[in-house]
Amino acid sequence: MEKRVTFDGKALPYLLLAPQLLVTIIFFYWPAVQAVWQSFLIQDAFGLSTEFVWFENYQTLFSRPEYFRSLVTTLIFSSVVAFLSLSLSLLLAVQADKQIKFASGYKTLLIWPYAVAPAIAGVLWLFMFQPSLGLVSQSIRALGFDWNPLLNGDHAMALVVMAATWKQISYNFLFFLAGLQSIPKSVIEASAIDGASPMRRFWTITFPLLSPTTFYLLVVNIVYVFFDTFGIIDATTGGGPSKATETLVYKVFHDGRLGGDLGGSAAQSVILMVMVIGLTAIQFRFVEKKVQY
Amino acid sequence: MTRRSFTATLFAFSALTSVPALAQTEIQWWHAMTGANNDVVVKLAEEFNASQKDYKVVVSYKGSYPDTMNAGIAAFRAGNAPHIMQVFEVGTATMMAAKGAIKPVQEMMKEAGEAFDPKAYLPAVSGYYSTSKGELLSFPFNSSSTVMWINNDAFKKAGLDPAKPPKTWPDLFDSAKKLKAAGYDKCGFATAWITWINLEQFSVWHNVPLSTKANGIDGFDTELKFNSPLHVKHLANLVELQKDKTFDYSGRTNTGEGRFTAGECPVMITSSGFYGNVKANAKFEWSNAPMPYYPEVAGAPQNSTLGGASLWVMGGKKADEYKGIAKFFTFLSDTDRQAKLHTDSGYLPITKAAYEKVKASGFYKTNPYLETPLLELTNKEPTENSRGLRLGNMVQMRDDWAEEIEAALAGKKSPQEALDAAVKRGNERLRAFERTVTR
Repeated sequence: MEKRVTFDGKALPYLLLAPQLLVTIIFFYWPAVQAVWQSFLIQDAFGLSTEFVWFENYQTLFSRPEYFRSLVTTLIFSSVVAFLSLSLSLLLAVQADKQIKFASGYKTLLIWPYAVAPAIAGVLWLFMFQPSLGLVSQSIRALGFDWNPLLNGDHAMALVVMAATWKQISYNFLFFLAGLQSIPKSVIEASAIDGASPMRRFWTITFPLLSPTTFYLLVVNIVYVFFDTFGIIDATTGGGPSKATETLVYKVFHDGRLGGDLGGSAAQSVILMVMVIGLTAIQFRFVEKKVQY
Repeated sequence: MTRRSFTATLFAFSALTSVPALAQTEIQWWHAMTGANNDVVVKLAEEFNASQKDYKVVVSYKGSYPDTMNAGIAAFRAGNAPHIMQVFEVGTATMMAAKGAIKPVQEMMKEAGEAFDPKAYLPAVSGYYSTSKGELLSFPFNSSSTVMWINNDAFKKAGLDPAKPPKTWPDLFDSAKKLKAAGYDKCGFATAWITWINLEQFSVWHNVPLSTKANGIDGFDTELKFNSPLHVKHLANLVELQKDKTFDYSGRTNTGEGRFTAGECPVMITSSGFYGNVKANAKFEWSNAPMPYYPEVAGAPQNSTLGGASLWVMGGKKADEYKGIAKFFTFLSDTDRQAKLHTDSGYLPITKAAYEKVKASGFYKTNPYLETPLLELTNKEPTENSRGLRLGNMVQMRDDWAEEIEAALAGKKSPQEALDAAVKRGNERLRAFERTVTR
């Protein structure tokens, strides 16, 4: 006879799940559904007149070359930021993991930028790199290099990439450091005894064993550059010059919030949502296979 | 003390203290003024609140101009709009088109029984915020126009006479070249608000259309016209001068103004509202002059148009609240108060009486720089092309135009291509706006 305790009620599991479900529905599904609904409407800024237009907002969007430009900008921006912030923070974490003096001091300092809000990070970098009055740009100009993010799109892109990377390094650093510390010392010591160089030890042992962390960070970083960097862009370049730094999420903000075009903006955020869902699915389906847990 | 009597005492006490508060009607005023101008707003509300007992104006700073406007729109959609909202001139068309959301000022004043004569206001100012029939829709608050700010010390250093500032664009280009040779090699001259000054004011000042239908005042079916040979020539000149920094692009808004006060750019064309900042921060002798023009354009200079912001009254409020707002606007229009506001802040007076009063006091003899924008605004009787601008989706359009100008200045597009593209993109925005408002 079965002695296992079972709960007959069908309601109980749902009841226990309810708080979590409620939060998910209210804060995730409801806004998402609203965005989809809004994307089928053309409305004036005050919401006084509304017209249901099916896919017209999407059609207009795809008929504009600016949208595809912004897509390309986003791809460049996100891959550069994700690559730079991951590699730099891995480098820093590996260095901080060594037996050095004041290690905890370095670690604390490296974590600090994470506490800075994106818009403030943007303003800080703007102060340093503002073409005529910025501290750093004055020295760059003194060296004879014509630094001008106000007109030169590449310079502006470099500026937002620097600010966005700097902001994300501490987060990545924290995870890499934790990942490094969980790698058994014995494995590394064994390979050291076998005569493997530090470089070889890193690439054949540390890096593969870190792959779950790296994979997780890759997902998080992509989401970060897609969504959380608009504060930085808004504060430093405002998407300019000539749309050179306008990413998809900044365009959503710009068209909807500043321009009052809610339908077009909603259509863009729906596309963005689909893109990120797709990207994450691909990452879990294919990249995760290469991860060694 | 029994419990009942305690409660009774409490009631009596609270009744005593809260009676004045209950009787007062609160009027929410959302604004976008920072620094010294924020103090002006706060002080005006305090003075009004002290001057009477029935109404209390509560001011809230809501961020930049676009932020304030968006906060107001979002609040309206959520059903709790403020009573008074400060909206920059660029948002005028959007506010006007939102018929159910706003309460026309002239109508409100009449209903509240406040004495109100639209003719008491400077036509150059009130015309901007009136319907084509002349009904005032919003209350002019801080108005400015475009002037050319000059670093006198730099002029002397370059062998130029600051008492004879350049009048025309070619004059300015020559002066800028001399200034550059005299050591101002990063920036001979600059303009803030790249589109406001080089497209909008530029068109008005030269009496050429920025767009058809009297720049949108006479109808939503207006079409942009600023890819004319004159506009292209001006942009081509700027592009040429940008190459060696005789002209240096300084951004879409006024963030580049600091280059003037820091002494980096000896000539800065920007708002007359820059006055307070120049007075406080420029460590050199300075002056200002009217905007330059192209001498070959017949009839130039025409008159300039406004910048700045006006106060919009939101719809759907109680009659008593409108009464309070009307009283507050009467308080603001008071001649002495207007005269003081003008001389303190540098923004333009909005009533004729205030202008006359300041003039009669001899103030402009010692402070000629506050009169420059007024002289520009009233230079000639306004024409179809110079009455003002009323274009929908203007906030977005300005960005479109700025992007195209940036592309031209960076050498990525020819001036003609850039302006053609700006006109095309702008027209698309105008059609989208026309579609939402005429439904």
